[in-house]
This record gives sequence, C-alpha cells and structure tokens, in this order.
Amino acid sequence: MSSRADDNRRLLLRLGVAALAMFGFGYAMVPFYEAICQVTGLRNILQPDVVENTQVDPTRQLTIELDANTHDLAWRFRPTQNTIDVHPGQMVEITYEVTNTRNVPVTGQAVPSYGPQIAGDYFKKLNCFCFEKQTLAAGETRIMPVLFVVDPKLPGDVNTITLSYTFFEVAGTQARQADEGGRG
Amino acid sequence: MSAVTPDQLHDDHHHHGPTGLMRWITTTNHKDIGTMYLIFSFIMFLSGGVMALTIRAELFQPGMQVVQPEFFNQLTTMHGLVMVFGAIMPAFVGFANWMLPLMIGASDMAFARMNNWSFWLLPVAAILLIGSFFVPGGATAAGWTLYAPLSVQMGMGMDLTIFAVHIMGISSIMGAINIVVTILNMRAPGMTMMKMPLFCWTWLITAYLLIAVMPVLAGAVTMILTDRHFGTAFFNAAGGGDPVLYQHVFWFFGHPEVYIMILPAFGIVSQIIPTFARKPLFGYASMVYATASIAILSFVVWAHHMFTTGMPAATQLFFMYATMLIAVPTGVKVFNWVATMWRGSMTFETPMLWATGFIFVFTMGGFTGLICAIAPIDIQVQDTYYVVAHFHYVLVAGSLFALFAGAYYWLPKWTGHMYSETIGKLHFWCSIIFFNITFFPMHFLGLAGMPRRIPDYALQFADFNALASIGAFGFGLSQLIFIVAVVKCVRGGKKAPASPWEGAEGLEWTVPSPAPHHTFETPPVVK
Repeated sequence: MSSRADDNRRLLLRLGVAALAMFGFGYAMVPFYEAICQVTGLRNILQPDVVENTQVDPTRQLTIELDANTHDLAWRFRPTQNTIDVHPGQMVEITYEVTNTRNVPVTGQAVPSYGPQIAGDYFKKLNCFCFEKQTLAAGETRIMPVLFVVDPKLPGDVNTITLSYTFFEVAGTQARQADEGGRG
Repeated sequence: MSAVTPDQLHDDHHHHGPTGLMRWITTTNHKDIGTMYLIFSFIMFLSGGVMALTIRAELFQPGMQVVQPEFFNQLTTMHGLVMVFGAIMPAFVGFANWMLPLMIGASDMAFARMNNWSFWLLPVAAILLIGSFFVPGGATAAGWTLYAPLSVQMGMGMDLTIFAVHIMGISSIMGAINIVVTILNMRAPGMTMMKMPLFCWTWLITAYLLIAVMPVLAGAVTMILTDRHFGTAFFNAAGGGDPVLYQHVFWFFGHPEVYIMILPAFGIVSQIIPTFARKPLFGYASMVYATASIAILSFVVWAHHMFTTGMPAATQLFFMYATMLIAVPTGVKVFNWVATMWRGSMTFETPMLWATGFIFVFTMGGFTGLICAIAPIDIQVQDTYYVVAHFHYVLVAGSLFALFAGAYYWLPKWTGHMYSETIGKLHFWCSIIFFNITFFPMHFLGLAGMPRRIPDYALQFADFNALASIGAFGFGLSQLIFIVAVVKCVRGGKKAPASPWEGAEGLEWTVPSPAPHHTFETPPVVK
C-alpha cells in the first residue's frame, strides 16, 4: 500500500510543477503580447506612417487644434501655435516647445491622442518627436517638429481635429521617488 | 506532506481525537472538511447577498438614496469577488470533498492534511477581503475583474484584495491537486475511468482547469501589486506598459474560471436527472467528451470579453467563432439531459425540481451567451445590464441552482434525515420565480442601454429597475427558507435509509445514512 502513497506524492509533485509553470506562463504572456503587437502592427505609435496619396483637396478645409499636457512631469510643454487650418492631403509642419524646468536631466516620452478618436486613423505623421524618447538636460528648451498629412479619405463630417500630446516620464517611478523630497 | 493511506486510517480509531472546536480545526476527515466548506460558502453567499441587496436598494429608484457612489462601486466589486471566490467555488469543493471519496470507493482524499490546509486558508482570505471595507479608502472598487489602470490606483483595500486572491488561489490549487490525485489514484478496484459517476469526471476536468489558470490569476494580481508598489510598469502606460495586457492575462484565467464554476454543476445535474427519471444517463461517454471539449475550448475564447478594446477584425472573428463552437458540446449536454428524461418514469422531488429548473433557466443564459458572442452585438451590449442578466442566468440559475439541487439530493446522506419536501419545494418555487423577476427585466434594460456598475440611471429605466429590486429582495429572503430546511433536517425528521431515492445508483448509496465518519476503509469491489 505504501506504493500508492508514493504514487500520490509523485502526482502531487507533477501537478505542483504544472501550477508553478502556469504562474510563469502568466508572466510569459507579457513579452508574447508585445511581440504580437509588434508583428501585427497594433500599438505602433512610435513609427512614421506611410502616405501613398498626396493629392491635395483644396475644396475642403480642416482646423487642427493643438494641445499639450504633461503627466506628473515638471516640464513646460506647449505648441507654438494653438490652431492651424489645413487642406486634406497637404503636408504641414507644426512645432512644439518643451522646457525641462528641473535641475537634472530627464527623459520623457510623448503619446499622441486624437479627438474625435476616429481621426487618428487618418492623421498620418511622417516625422514626430513622439517617435522617440526625448532627453532634456537641466533647464534645456527644445523646439520639436511634427510633419503630417491628413488623409483626404477622412469622413466628411469631421471638420476639426484635436491633436493632443501627453509627455510621460520614462522609467519614472525611481527617478520620481529620488526627487520626491524636493517636490513635496 | 502526509498521504493518508488506508493502513494508517485503521490505526485512527473512531472519534478519537480532539473534541469541540479543536476537532474542526484539526480534522483531516473529508466529510468534516466538506461540511466546513459548505457552511463557509453559505455564509459567504449570504454576505455577498447582502451586498447585492444594498445595490438593488440603491437602484430601486433613480437618484442617490442609500449609499455614496464610491461605496456603491465597492459593493459591486466585492459582491462579485465574494460570490465567485467565496461562495460558488468553495461550495463545489465542499461537494467534491464530501462526495468524491464516497463515489469512487476511497477511504478519504489523497492528502488529508493538505485538505485541512486548503480549507483553513479560506477564512483567512475572507477576513482580508471583507476586512478591506474598513481600511482607509474602503474596499477595492475596480470591479471584480480588477482591471488596470483603476486597480493600480486604488487605495490599500486593493492590496488586501490582492493578498486574499493569492490565498484563495493557493487554497484552490491545493484542493484541485488533491482532487486529481484522489480520482486518478484512489479509485476502488474495478472502478474504471469510464465507470465513474459523471460528477467525478466533471470535477476531474475542473481540477485540471484550476491548476492551469489559478496561477495565471495569481500572476496577474502580482503584476498589479508590483506596479503599485515596486516600480514595475506592466500595465502602467506612463512607464511603457499597457492596460489592455491586463485584460488579456485576466481573461486567460477568467474564461476557464467560468467553466470551473459550471462544470461541477453539470456533474451534479447529471447525477440527479437519471435518479428521478429512473433511467441511466443518456450518452454517458458523449457527456465526458463534451465536458473535456468545453474545458479545452475555454482556453481559446478569452478575448470575447474584450471585443471593444480595438482588436483587428480577423481576431474578433476567430474569438467569435471559437466562442460559438462551445455551444456545440453544451448543446450535447442539454440534449442528453432531456433525452434522459424522455420516457423516464419521472417524479419531481425537490432535487429534481432544482435540476429541471437548472436546465430551463441555464439554457436561457446559454442562449444570451451566444448572442453576446456575436462581435457586432457584443459591441452594442458591452458593459450594459444585458451582460449582467446573461451571467446571472448562468451563475445563479446555473451554478447556484445546481448547488441547491445537490444539497437537497445528498442532505439525507449527510444528516441521516429526510428534509421536508414542502419546505424544499417552497424554496425552489420562490427562488425560480423571484430569480426571473430580478434578472429577466435586466435584458430589456441592457438592450435599452443602461450601463452596469453605475449607481444612478436615466428616468426611462425606472420601472424595470424597481421590478428587478423587488425580485431581488424576494430572491434574497427565499434563501432563508434553505436555512430552515437544513436546520430542520439536521435536527431530525424521517430517518433516511441508505438509499433514500428509488432510482439512485452509485457507491455513495451503499453506505448507511448518515454516512459514518469512516467509510470504505476496505475498498469495495466494483463489478
């Protein structure tokens, strides 16, 4: 009968290892998810868009409103102009100005969002400061460009697009904690 | 870890050991532990029910009357967590503890001491979970799914919930391992796998599901914990993470979890219907394969909970068709139950009423599930009361009704007395009527666009909400009838014979009622 106890213990061990492996599997889903997103091109906000058709539609005029925010980051960040009128298909360059108000170098990443949300699919950026992390030295001010085209296929009921950037501090938590005392 | 073999049990004399409270704390007897699981889950069922009734009281009429919105959010969250992890899952484990050894002719569970541990972790987890109401900031209010980024931002109630989920996960995994080992290694001679009662099969498959997905949930909440306190950024967009990733990890656990809560219910119903139809179960083998198919398919459908997160159309189609495929094995089951009843000599004692009610109402929940599976419709009804109606039809009318069916079915075996048929039937009819009054109007509310988890609503939803609230209080009070039925049955009543049901088959009916403390110390031989 003791052989049954051994059998039981062997099965217990195997099932225990299976449970531990599944705990690891949960974590393995993280890189797997990122790989899938990369392969399928979901979430690829960090790459320039491809523009095939640059036919300008002079009969239609759009207003682009520019907005800038920072998330828990001591940077001054603003567009150099608040609105700009463009024709669909027209290539336009706008600029943003950002200043690091802290006395240490800080790295940030800007994430764009669009209003209305559907406009995001038609707002093609050829160049953008949001494609890479920006490191600003203490007190540095930088003028950063965005080169874009609005796809003429944009639905007709959209007349105004709000382009909004939010700067996040990269790997922020540790740096922030180190700095926490200074900022209260 | 100590494995209790029949040899060792022979040395363990009847009722020789601690008495009073210590008997329950130190017990390694599967029947004692099963009873404790059942009592624990019923207490949690009542506390989750009180939360639900508070929610319904607030929703009785538009505007804010009873609770603050923040507390309302805590209530919806905790109601879900308590019912899923505190009531339904432990109740099924309680049935498994009580009945599996009796059904397969084993003297006890394979690891009796681990069994004691798996139970006693639960009250600890429950105290953490319920206690989180009383910490600054209150309990977590991120919804029972604990979605990031809300769960990353909550107060310390969230941390207590994370630890409670960890502990309940460990308890479930230990319980599941115990069940797998018991079923695979401890069967009586001659009890081949395909001779096992269907309840054993459904629990075996459920136990494998638990071992596969509870660790994934533990991983997901650990990631939240490290995001909250240790500077990782799994789900924190500010640090390069992605909240949608949490939904993927959670639902990889969450969908199999749905079947963890329903497969043992299928097992219980598959025991009861042949008994009261006085016919063997129709299509036993197909039932086993259908259960296994549901379990396997449950791993490839999780993203149907996330159709609105912006998936490519091809992915939506895959998850949509995979989900609809599950209707096939489920349909096989419903067909088999009905075919078992076909031309049977049926009687409708309380367990059979519950089982028949289960088939009727659960199937309605199954159909609304099929409707939700259709991606374009799901995008319409996502996060509305339609979804609330759907999952209460499968979880209350499914899992809970099957639990009551099983409780009445085996009460004579547990207590040695017959319960009162009058009280049992009253409990059933009150429950099924009030259940439908509560949840049927929610379909209409959802289709009309009433969002879930919101403490106030637009005026046009007022009538159906008032109706649902009346039904909810009726349903809640009906459950007190169950307490009366059980207490009366434990105290006395007609003496139950070894096999109180005329058509019942299985080893559990060969031992006297109430089942003695130790059974099958010499394994029975199954021919």
